[in-house]
Amino acid sequence: MSLSINLTVNGMRRKIELDDPRVTLLDLLRERLDLTGTKKGCDRGQCGACTVLLDGRRINSCLALAVSNDGAEVLTIEGLAQGEALHPVQVAFIAHDAFQCGFCTPGQIISAVGLIREGQAGDDPERVREGMSGNLCRCGAYRGITEAVLEAQRSLAQVGREEAA
Amino acid sequence: MNRFDYIRPATVSEAVTAAAVPGSAYLAGGTNLIDLMKGGIVSPRRLIDVSRLAGLDRIEPLPDGGVRIGARVRNADLAHDPTFSKRFPVVAEALLAGASAQLRNAATVGGNLLQRTRCAYFYDPATACNKRQPGVGCDARGGENRLHAVLGWSESCIATHPSDFCVPLVALDAVVEIEGKAGRRQVALEELHLLPGTTPERENVLAPGELVVAVRLPGAAARFATRARYLKLRERTSYAFAMVSVAACLHIEDGVIAEARLALGGVAAKPWRARAAEAALADARPNPDGFRRAAEAALAEAHPSGDNAFKIELARRIVVRALALAVAGTPERVPALPASPFAPIPGGAIHD
Repeated sequence: MSLSINLTVNGMRRKIELDDPRVTLLDLLRERLDLTGTKKGCDRGQCGACTVLLDGRRINSCLALAVSNDGAEVLTIEGLAQGEALHPVQVAFIAHDAFQCGFCTPGQIISAVGLIREGQAGDDPERVREGMSGNLCRCGAYRGITEAVLEAQRSLAQVGREEAA
Repeated sequence: MNRFDYIRPATVSEAVTAAAVPGSAYLAGGTNLIDLMKGGIVSPRRLIDVSRLAGLDRIEPLPDGGVRIGARVRNADLAHDPTFSKRFPVVAEALLAGASAQLRNAATVGGNLLQRTRCAYFYDPATACNKRQPGVGCDARGGENRLHAVLGWSESCIATHPSDFCVPLVALDAVVEIEGKAGRRQVALEELHLLPGTTPERENVLAPGELVVAVRLPGAAARFATRARYLKLRERTSYAFAMVSVAACLHIEDGVIAEARLALGGVAAKPWRARAAEAALADARPNPDGFRRAAEAALAEAHPSGDNAFKIELARRIVVRALALAVAGTPERVPALPASPFAPIPGGAIHD
């Protein structure tokens, strides 16, 4: 069975022929589109390493069938920076040592971008921690992650104010 | 994962027709089904993708003040809908106490109702499970079963229903709209899930191919909005299934409980409405002794299914705590840690 879908991945329209409906969005990104920044940790929706934005919302790409998302827009870690300029969340992760081994980091960063877009956490560290609980970090860099998310949120709000002015 | 045919119907009636073929399963958010398929626990030959069906994605007010929630509304969208969360805050709190932000963005209302148990033996095809393979036995009996059922279980199965969302829904008299080949019917959520008995593979009253299309809450459910809480005890503070959870909803007039609603999660194969406890609370002033009597009534028929006797007393205490928090009033906003039993109780501690 040949299944044809269209996806916009990091701003680029892609027409994709799937030879098998079992292909998850995660495997499509990593194995067929060579976008290996999105990580496969548990592959069962428990660790958050595979987090991408699907139509602007963070999801676990390991539990999404590619064929079921025809026409969707996908943002992965590779699509976040503007050329050489890192995204404010990336900058904040570096500034706050918000990682050690780095395996969970792409998922953490995309999840943080999703959390900031959702606009529910405000400047409350407890809400940030709760909102990031779907991303496990086995190195235990949670303290830096929480600080990075809070700082990125402040700098994005600053950019927003400057653009509005 | 097994091979399957992928079918994307354009309408509900096409979906119901497609799903009538044996071996079919509906796919919506996929957060439970794809996981189960990856584990080889279920292996449908056909997936009927209902994730984009028109008309199932709305949250609509009803003339009686209630609400009709389309089956493919995402958990996060419902929890953050300002009108819904104001009228039914206990449902929003339960939703936000479940899973992770990523999963809530994908998981749907209908899928939440029909999610499968998280019993580790059900999830492990190397073990015996009557639910997975009727008649082979239950390795959870005599196994690692401290989180298993204390109400309504049988020798065949001691698994629990894992939903948070269903707990306040069943307390608030939710009704499930179901479409099948014979047309549309509705079932009280309290009647949707089945206790295991000798057929734990039958988990609900849906006939093969029937599709949940909506969940309704009656207008009367909104009268509890100012005094309604969901509490969920888990082994870590976030992103874990309930050991025990409770939805407590009170309608107080002139200092007296005019009506109480109480339901428990994590204790049985279905969301557990505690009607005896509701009757014990009604027409009395809210006080700790009354709450304790209600908790005793709620768990009167409970008995351990293994190493889980502690869950019964834990459930009683969480009932008392949830009632005390409900009396104190629904917070303006869902707390930073939704449904956390560690939050302080306004007015002081209820026990040492």
